[in-house]
Amino acid sequence: MQQQQVPPEGGAGSADRPGSTQLGTDSEPGSRRVETGSGGRASGGQRFEASGITVRFGGLTALNDVSLHVEQGEVLGVIGPNGAGKTTLFNVVCGFTKPNEGSLTWRGEPLVGLRPHKLAGLGIARTLQGVGLFAGLTVVENVMTGLHAHAKAGFLSALLALPKSDRDERVLKERAMAALDSVGAAGYAGRYPGSLPYPVQKRVALARALVLEPDLLLLDEPAGGVGHDDMDELGETIRHLSGRMAVMLVEHHMDLVMSVCDRITVLDFGKVIANGTPAEIRENPQVLAAYLGDEDDDSGLADADSSPQEA
Amino acid sequence: MSDALTQTNKPDEKSLATEGSPQSGRAGGLLRSTLVRHVGLMLLALVGISLLLETVSPFRVSQLGELTYFIPAVAGLTVLTGLNGQISLGHGALMAVAAYTTSVLLDQESPLPFALIILIAVAITALVGALVGAAAARLHGPYLAGATLALAVGVPGLALYFEETLGGEQGLSVSPPRASPNFATFMADVTGESLSGQKFTAYLGWALSLLVLLLLSNLVVSRYGRTWRAVRDDEVAAELAGINLGRARVLAFVVSAACAGVGGVMIAIITRLTAPTTFTLVLSITLLVAIVIGGLGSLVGAIIGSLIVVFLRPFVTDLGAEGGLNAAQAANVAPLVFGIVLILVMLLAPRGLVGSVRFAYLTRQAARQAKAQR
Repeated sequence: MQQQQVPPEGGAGSADRPGSTQLGTDSEPGSRRVETGSGGRASGGQRFEASGITVRFGGLTALNDVSLHVEQGEVLGVIGPNGAGKTTLFNVVCGFTKPNEGSLTWRGEPLVGLRPHKLAGLGIARTLQGVGLFAGLTVVENVMTGLHAHAKAGFLSALLALPKSDRDERVLKERAMAALDSVGAAGYAGRYPGSLPYPVQKRVALARALVLEPDLLLLDEPAGGVGHDDMDELGETIRHLSGRMAVMLVEHHMDLVMSVCDRITVLDFGKVIANGTPAEIRENPQVLAAYLGDEDDDSGLADADSSPQEA
Repeated sequence: MSDALTQTNKPDEKSLATEGSPQSGRAGGLLRSTLVRHVGLMLLALVGISLLLETVSPFRVSQLGELTYFIPAVAGLTVLTGLNGQISLGHGALMAVAAYTTSVLLDQESPLPFALIILIAVAITALVGALVGAAAARLHGPYLAGATLALAVGVPGLALYFEETLGGEQGLSVSPPRASPNFATFMADVTGESLSGQKFTAYLGWALSLLVLLLLSNLVVSRYGRTWRAVRDDEVAAELAGINLGRARVLAFVVSAACAGVGGVMIAIITRLTAPTTFTLVLSITLLVAIVIGGLGSLVGAIIGSLIVVFLRPFVTDLGAEGGLNAAQAANVAPLVFGIVLILVMLLAPRGLVGSVRFAYLTRQAARQAKAQR
């Protein structure tokens, strides 16, 4: 909690600030900052809860009575062997999959009839497996798209190119640049994603999620395809982020999960089999059994404390 | 990293300076306005077109007029297909909706003012576009092509069914609107000769075309253009960014249909006859050919594509006639050449003419930047 207000990367702080001042002085009426109130961010009242989630695909029960919660300032890891239901869980949280049973609660209010495009307005952002960047948009446009829910200018002012539309675009662009800067990708603003190295694309995708300044960030395999050198940096970034928001991540790389998560929920065959701190999870016999029983998974828990060799 | 920092700080300082202090460069501020830039460009184009219309032969004037029913429709289609990723084989039918509306409204004993007729025709076409778009928003690729194909085949059939009002096979003849006395006198004073009806129609068409291009270019650079491209590129990511996919798609269809409507109005008053044979599937496909040749999603490409479609046809037909073909054979040279051009574009420049140039430029720029970073 003591990390609040600290920008994700120390060096980027100076450039991050003009963007945020801009926000304040431009006084956007519907801004989420106003909505949540000045105390909202610091009070730790941002709690996301899923309870009794059950999802059936035909005869297959993908999730069976899964409950979990994540608080502001906390990193929750969701792990489990392949096919345990992690991605289904994320899809439920995002509104892509409707659960057969169970409910979601966000900031104390139930999320009923959740649709994916409503998430951004609720202060929830998600990164995708892979990168999911828009290939035909420049890097900065990609990040500006992340601010869609915050854009004010309506269709008519865009059609007639009224000054309001220009001003709106300028504000979005400045915020996008600040977000890019905070992940160290501002130098690529005018490039197209396809021409950039994969780790840079990943950082841009993260910036697109962060530009909303979400209160809940869902990271779907952030370390996928990232080399070992970048892994430590990624872990550090996630730790920093948790100062400003709740983070929930699905990840295969055990060393990353063990080092960044405050708590871990373990899924196996659609059920929660364990819930606890990394240390507790490491010792949990049920978890060990679930992982060791899975012959295909060679990044098992046993490797977690010894230095892992695979990248 | 230091490079990155300077790059981000610069725009910040600039915008703060212009917003905060009124004495900062006014010309620079004006050029920053999208509206000023686009309106300036369109006025330049209008001057250029006027000079052209006044100097070329009546035959060329008629060709330049013909361009003005292609350009709005092709520009609208390139936004829909190129930027939003929705294919439409039904744009010819949408043009028919506007053309028939215009013809029926002009056929009254005391017709409404022409400006109002244009607005009504465009609004009705946009409404039809909204209905089609709502259905289309759930369809992809070949299914969407099929659904819009049904539109292209079905709508001309309506003219046969409602023969009383829509004229059946014979069609409706259209008496094109006349220039207002003020405009006619003005043109006669400036050019020294009286304004022909054909030339007036060409002026009207170009004014409408440039207006459509102005509004579309505003939209393309706005967040709506960005939203449409985002939906085209990655639905899931777009949805997570807060975009309502269905709404974005329907909006693109409505905008595109309205543009086709402007094209439809022009086709009615240029051909002076609104008949089912004008709005066959060939018209819809010709529009698609134009956007593919020009480059999907590019408004400049839409203009170039329209130019090629309009000017290539008589050129190759003449060429065929000179080469000893009879009239019927010569008339079939144009579709053949369109086919060949389309195949060549797909093979050699799949991004279309404008797209290829743009891609080459971007590649060079990226290479230069990569070199500089090393």
